[in-house]
Amino acid sequence: MPETPAFQFVNLRQQHEVAQLGMWVFLATEVLFFGGLILGYSVYRFMYPEGFAEAARHTQIAIGTTNTAILLTSSFLVAWAVSLARLGAHRLAALLFAAAAALGCVFLLMKGIEYRIEYGEHLVPGYFFIFRGPNATSAWLFFSFYFVATGVHALHVAIGIMVLAVIALKTRRGAYSERYHAPATVAGLYWHFVDLVWVFLFALIYLPGRAS
Amino acid sequence: MTERNYLTEDTRIISWLFTTDHKRIAILFFAAITLFFFVGGAAATMIRLELVSPQGRFVTSDVYNRLFTIHGVVMVWFFLIPSIPSTLGNFIVPLMIGARDLAFPRLNLTSFYLFMLGGCVTLYAVFAGGVDTGWTFYTPFSTMYSNGHVVLAVVGVFITGFSSILTGLNFIVTIHRLRAPGLTWYRLPLFLWSLYATSVILVLATPVLAMTLLLVALDRVFGVGIFDPDRGGDPLLFQHLFWFYSHPAVYIMILPGMGVVSELVAVFSRKAVFGYKFVAWSAIAIAVVGFFVWGHHMFVSGQSVFAGLVFSFMSFIVAVPSAIKVFNWTATLHKGWVRFDAPMLYALAFIGLFTLGGLTGLFLACLAYDVYVTDTYFVIAHFHYIMVGGMVTAYFGGLHYWWPKITGRMYPEYWARAAAILIFFGFNLTFFPQFILGVLGMPRRYHVYPPEFQVWHVLSSAGASILAIAYLLPLFYLLWSMFYGARAPANPWGATGLEWLTPSPPPKHNFEATPAVTRPPYEYTLSGEARPQNA
Amino acid sequence: MSTWWPSETSHARAVDLLFMGLLATTALVLALLFFLLLRFAIHYRAGNASADRSHRIRKSWHWEVTWTTATLVAFLGLFVWGAQQYVELFGAGKSGLTVYVVAKQWMWKAQHLGGQREINELHVPLSHTVRLIMSSQDVIHSFFMPAFRIKRDVVPGRATDLSFRPLRAGVFHLFCAEYCGTDHARMTGRIVVMQENDFNRWLSSQDVTGTLAAQGERVNRQLGCGGCHGNGPVRAPKLEGLYGKPVPLSDGTIGIADEAYLRDSIVKPRAKIVAGYEPLMPSYEGKISEDELIAVVAYIKSLAEKAKRP
Repeated sequence: MPETPAFQFVNLRQQHEVAQLGMWVFLATEVLFFGGLILGYSVYRFMYPEGFAEAARHTQIAIGTTNTAILLTSSFLVAWAVSLARLGAHRLAALLFAAAAALGCVFLLMKGIEYRIEYGEHLVPGYFFIFRGPNATSAWLFFSFYFVATGVHALHVAIGIMVLAVIALKTRRGAYSERYHAPATVAGLYWHFVDLVWVFLFALIYLPGRAS
Repeated sequence: MTERNYLTEDTRIISWLFTTDHKRIAILFFAAITLFFFVGGAAATMIRLELVSPQGRFVTSDVYNRLFTIHGVVMVWFFLIPSIPSTLGNFIVPLMIGARDLAFPRLNLTSFYLFMLGGCVTLYAVFAGGVDTGWTFYTPFSTMYSNGHVVLAVVGVFITGFSSILTGLNFIVTIHRLRAPGLTWYRLPLFLWSLYATSVILVLATPVLAMTLLLVALDRVFGVGIFDPDRGGDPLLFQHLFWFYSHPAVYIMILPGMGVVSELVAVFSRKAVFGYKFVAWSAIAIAVVGFFVWGHHMFVSGQSVFAGLVFSFMSFIVAVPSAIKVFNWTATLHKGWVRFDAPMLYALAFIGLFTLGGLTGLFLACLAYDVYVTDTYFVIAHFHYIMVGGMVTAYFGGLHYWWPKITGRMYPEYWARAAAILIFFGFNLTFFPQFILGVLGMPRRYHVYPPEFQVWHVLSSAGASILAIAYLLPLFYLLWSMFYGARAPANPWGATGLEWLTPSPPPKHNFEATPAVTRPPYEYTLSGEARPQNA
Repeated sequence: MSTWWPSETSHARAVDLLFMGLLATTALVLALLFFLLLRFAIHYRAGNASADRSHRIRKSWHWEVTWTTATLVAFLGLFVWGAQQYVELFGAGKSGLTVYVVAKQWMWKAQHLGGQREINELHVPLSHTVRLIMSSQDVIHSFFMPAFRIKRDVVPGRATDLSFRPLRAGVFHLFCAEYCGTDHARMTGRIVVMQENDFNRWLSSQDVTGTLAAQGERVNRQLGCGGCHGNGPVRAPKLEGLYGKPVPLSDGTIGIADEAYLRDSIVKPRAKIVAGYEPLMPSYEGKISEDELIAVVAYIKSLAEKAKRP
């Protein structure tokens, strides 16, 4: 635990503010990154509403919903963990961070199973894709977006898991306190963002064509 | 005299390779972008040689197409975009705000290595046979028809994009949080306002490019077909996504130059910049409005007439803040004490050439005229006036201005002025004939052309040969000055910014004690005496 | 080629006038700027101690407002001027002598309604509005006629309109203006504007394998369109008299059955479903070439003309 801030900072409070601002700016870039993809998806959904609706009905909504619950729970655990770390409850906080990371792993596992199912149903564009019916073209487009979006998101989850694991270890060793908790806060922000992106993707991927 | 400064602090190579000192990272970037400038310049030289004759027998079509592509890719992403921010910005920003380094020094080093990695991947694409899509990578040519190394090139640019994002992120946080006490926003030198505006664009626009290039790469590798009309995709979607980044990108390229010019015009008129707040906020206005004009690259693409009207209107609006800056810079000279040192020659050249380039932008913003001259040499001339006549000129101006601070040496003044004048002359001879070519209807990306266009191409190539020599001059005399130039004092120009409080070159951590700021920037007495920003 | 800088339609001349306006504005601003810069730099140079530097302008507001307003007004004027001409050019009606153009790497193929084909050349009659309907077989190209001051991108997967009305006979450049690969610079040609009689003589002297519409009828038969669109058991919109009519669509909007609509209905039938019909039509994407598509569309257009004549 650093008693002094890094040399470019005047005090720990400045260091903390800088870390937070930095993470917010980074999250802004991520919004634009996923935003570009979601824009592309939206353009094609507008052009082929029925095709996208039909294709979306072929997604694994049970797995998708479970995964949403998993991520939301993990975000809750992270938020709790951050506040506990600030209060000095190191062991419990570390446990919660680890649990959130573990839930992240479960998410990835479920995602892997889901991909395997989709491979079995011949729904992987560019690799193994068979879709009968007149909406084949738009289904191809839909699943292209599906794999790119969930793939890139999964990469972000994987990075998040590693970050949470490191934070868990450091928390266990008592690195954080009310005086110094920037890395934990900032890691929490990142994880919440990854969760939020998933919520949007869930709505765009699993829900079309299933509303009624 | 071996005083301790950031250069002499630790001279082992390893200390340079793992440095987190913003000043050393700036030097690393200087070297890197100079290398890329010459790569892009070599491509330009071959292009201009080819264009001397209408039948074009110097290189084949395929080679020519690869040449203009690599010229664009390298100059845009590996020279212009990083130029001022990663070199002068990295060096000067902490000094100018009274800080010891940027907010995230290790991120800064990461930014450099990402830049180098991206650069290496792209250079590998060149040596492996090149890319022939143009720097704009339009689909479906790039995704389905090109037989160049498209994936390598877009991966290289993708990686370098993260370098841009990290630099922007670092600057935003630094300018927000690491200012010296008393340094309020309205006491910030205009260079920082411009860099802040640039950083906002870097951070918000680059991710969209990243996603777009990722989709192009996936399209090519897996045949995904997001932009392929045969698979229900839309080639115009690529253009919208691409230009959503690439238009703000041109403001990434010019805003830092405008920031430098504000500094130069103040110092070399010994007078505060006229209309400081207007100039400051015009930078922000350019950054914001610049996000809403991308469709002016697509007036003939098949987008709707309504979209054309909106984008044309916004493009005229975005020109207004630039005009405001030009008027304010000119007014700054009024009743000042104007000196003609090399940096000021560059600043004056910038104002003239940027204005000319900017005004020709009006021709392009104007819908019916754009229909005629888009995709012709008119556009090429327009953006070279702004990028080269504007941005590169400002870069040279800033380089000469801060050279004493960076190296501790003065450059040879008469050589510098001679080079500045030669550059100005060579530049105009190269690019003005290209406006004429455009107005006569010569399309771009052509290496063979009807004979009636030849005379203008010959003039342009003649200018390019002069420009090539003129650009080599600073390389030589600046390098010379590093070893034999006169030693520079802390404030050779008698300027007011905080960076001039430190020795030339500065020590590793810039300031022993953080300065306290009590004055706005650019305060000079009526007789031209500087009043530094701290007490 | 004709004169050193041909300007051969009324649109071209209007664009040249616009150019003069833009040039005048630019010259004025530049002259003012250069004058001021030179004057200030020289008169207020550091070496000139005798220049009067007292009473410096402090309050900058009214200067700022003045020059900003002046700039805005000038810019808006130029915007409106250019926008007007643009709307006239691209918002134009769909009438005129139709010629179909197909762009492919690296040549231009033109087909007149009578079936006359040309490669890298386009013969048109004087004083008639010519309407080009263009599509691409592969990548994006751009049909650029500098003498007429117009161009438009030719995009694969869609039909693009470009109209012009030449005022003088002569031969003019045709360039591809969107980079399209190896021989982009060689994808050039000639626009040949002829007197009307000469043009008609030229038309009749060409070898044709049937009019465009007749070719389209053949394609129509080969692909079996009559199976649904004829008098069969499947309920499909009738094609007779369809071209140019408003079409109520299933999403509640009204479309117009123009070239783009007909083309989309064949290759992207799901995009717009006619109200009251089932989305049953299969897509012919990949099963019909650009040339065949043009011919079928021309055929359907001819059915509208037939329906008008009793």
